Amino acid sequence: MSAPTLPRAAAAMLARDLRLAWSRRGDTLQPLLFAVLVVALFPLALGSERARLAMLAPGAIWVAALLASLQGLDALFRSDAEDGSLEQQLLAPVPLSLLLACRMFAHWLTGSLPLILIAPLLAQLLFLPDHLLVPLLLSLLVGTPLLVLLGSTVAALTVGLRRSGMLLPLLALPLYVPVLVFGAGSVMAAAQGQDWLGAVLLLAAGLTLALVLAPLAAAAAIRIALP
Amino acid sequence: MLAVARLRFDRNDTCVFGPLDFAVHAGEALLVTGGNGVGKTTLLRVLAGLLRAGEGELSWRGEPCTRLPTEGIAFVGHLAGHKADLGALDNLRFATGLHGCRHGASPTSALASVGLAGFEDVPAGRLSAGQRKRLSLARLLLSPARLWLLDEPYANLDRDGIVLVDRLLARHLNENGAALITTHGAYAAPPVRARTLILEAQRVDAESAA
Amino acid sequence: MNRIVLWFHQLGSPPTFHRYATRWMPWYFGASLLLLAVGVWAALFRVPADYQQGDSYRILFIHVPCAWMSLFVYVTMAVQAAIALVWRIKLCEILAMACAPIGAAFTVITLATGSIWGRPMWGTWWDWDPRLTSELVLLFLYIGVIALDASIEDRRRGARVAGFLAMIGLVNLPIIHYSVQWWNSLHQGSTISLMGKSKMDASMILPLAFTVAAMQLWFVGSLLSRARTMLLEREAGKAWARDIAVHDSTRGNA
Repeated sequence: MSAPTLPRAAAAMLARDLRLAWSRRGDTLQPLLFAVLVVALFPLALGSERARLAMLAPGAIWVAALLASLQGLDALFRSDAEDGSLEQQLLAPVPLSLLLACRMFAHWLTGSLPLILIAPLLAQLLFLPDHLLVPLLLSLLVGTPLLVLLGSTVAALTVGLRRSGMLLPLLALPLYVPVLVFGAGSVMAAAQGQDWLGAVLLLAAGLTLALVLAPLAAAAAIRIALP
Repeated sequence: MLAVARLRFDRNDTCVFGPLDFAVHAGEALLVTGGNGVGKTTLLRVLAGLLRAGEGELSWRGEPCTRLPTEGIAFVGHLAGHKADLGALDNLRFATGLHGCRHGASPTSALASVGLAGFEDVPAGRLSAGQRKRLSLARLLLSPARLWLLDEPYANLDRDGIVLVDRLLARHLNENGAALITTHGAYAAPPVRARTLILEAQRVDAESAA
Repeated sequence: MNRIVLWFHQLGSPPTFHRYATRWMPWYFGASLLLLAVGVWAALFRVPADYQQGDSYRILFIHVPCAWMSLFVYVTMAVQAAIALVWRIKLCEILAMACAPIGAAFTVITLATGSIWGRPMWGTWWDWDPRLTSELVLLFLYIGVIALDASIEDRRRGARVAGFLAMIGLVNLPIIHYSVQWWNSLHQGSTISLMGKSKMDASMILPLAFTVAAMQLWFVGSLLSRARTMLLEREAGKAWARDIAVHDSTRGNA
């Protein structure tokens, strides 16, 4: 008998999620397209004057990243709950928190990482000054995993609901506020010539904490929320 | 292998089943029968650890425990537990990654045993209900667990499928496994050493005795 | 000590709680109104005008207690939820969910009075003051808990799930508060903070103490009232609830 080891189970979970994301490539790319659309809306609404757009650019890109992060959240656990896979994961001899951590990582890889990769393009669309690109990328790199971790924990709480609609964004947004403040704020601080690394380090500290606590909280939430 | 004392489950302060006392020994199957809505599925889910019992004691292999060890049980419920977008073989590979694999078994051979050879790359969503049930049985075959918890295993299967379930069950029990099966009695009992537990509908308000 | 523990234990039983709530509710409300009247009178007529803000600061005597209560009620809600999750006590689930609308109401009053207070100073009805912004996020946390509880049919599971959300929110509250402070310092430099530079005159403390006490008592009365109703709703089929309904109806007829 080959017993399941933690690394093996984690790898299996990750492989499954990546394979699923690939098989539904269109759905996986939707949040990315949504973010591009949101960014494109700002010039359309506010006019194409360079200076004004450049001032708004960091905040607009961050808001787009945040809204895109909310998109895929609802479906994260719903499909597993509906077809019985979540049950089987609850019954696996490996900790549920480990499996959920792998799911969150896969969700970040397929949802947020592409966004970070096209962030330079989005920056160009809004005339972001070049010297702000590094702060922007760094803040997104540290902030988007935090958004995924927090959002997944809240999504785990709604796993029993049929169609949560706008409920999930409502629940997640108050928790997103600090991430948005420090993330976008760090780039704004850089724009004003102030110290911006401090805010990013604060985000990093939050990320470290969330890496440990969020999967545990999400596992507890699933057990509470499943009928 | 499994012993249960005074097990009881309440939902919204009404007793769904209990108090129950029974045991399942290695090499035998316990058939749980009763009408619809009498609590058979709930009993299985409580034993699997998906629901928390109101009161009662469980013991596994003589040792008392609060929950049955996950590596010792395999559960096949109403929901298939496969991802519709993944192929049959991929689904089984994932299951072995999570739950481990029985000695000498492999996903390909398990598929062949349940009559799904040739369906390795078909997405589970395109299988018929009966084929999905067979896929669940294949997953069961790969599990190293000693105790099988099967909720209506004959549902959705044709005559060949029913024979298949009986055959797998007999082999599992021969190897000193045990099984707890819910069935609503319309199907003939499997040709194995089996006892029956009959659940009856409860209409007692849990608090009215107080 | 044992008598107190025993009393709490007994209070957890639904019929006992119902009796206690019915009996003491009017007293809590009454005392609260009395203290509130005294506090408001003192705030309006006894306390001198502030040297910087004139008379418009008097609304702080309502605003500050409500702000404290909005936080206090949230902490209470999260603690009740934690007890309910760990020990599965039905009454704690009910108490936790009853706290949510009361806390939300306190938060709304805080926002409204804060806005009224700020209008003479800012010229607008809203300013992104760090305290008010934090209160706004707190309001969304409350609404989230209420909405999540309402969207789950099974009342006990709904209370547990929403309670867990409240606990997560509690952990995040200090972080949210600190982040809003940082955000404000980044974007606006120095602003007039809500409590201003004026120190608390000694004469201001007594009316404030009255209104704070009044709010606390109002909270307890409100909590008892809501919890009592929710308890009756959920235990509607039980013998003790039926007895009360019959008893009340015969008393009404007599």
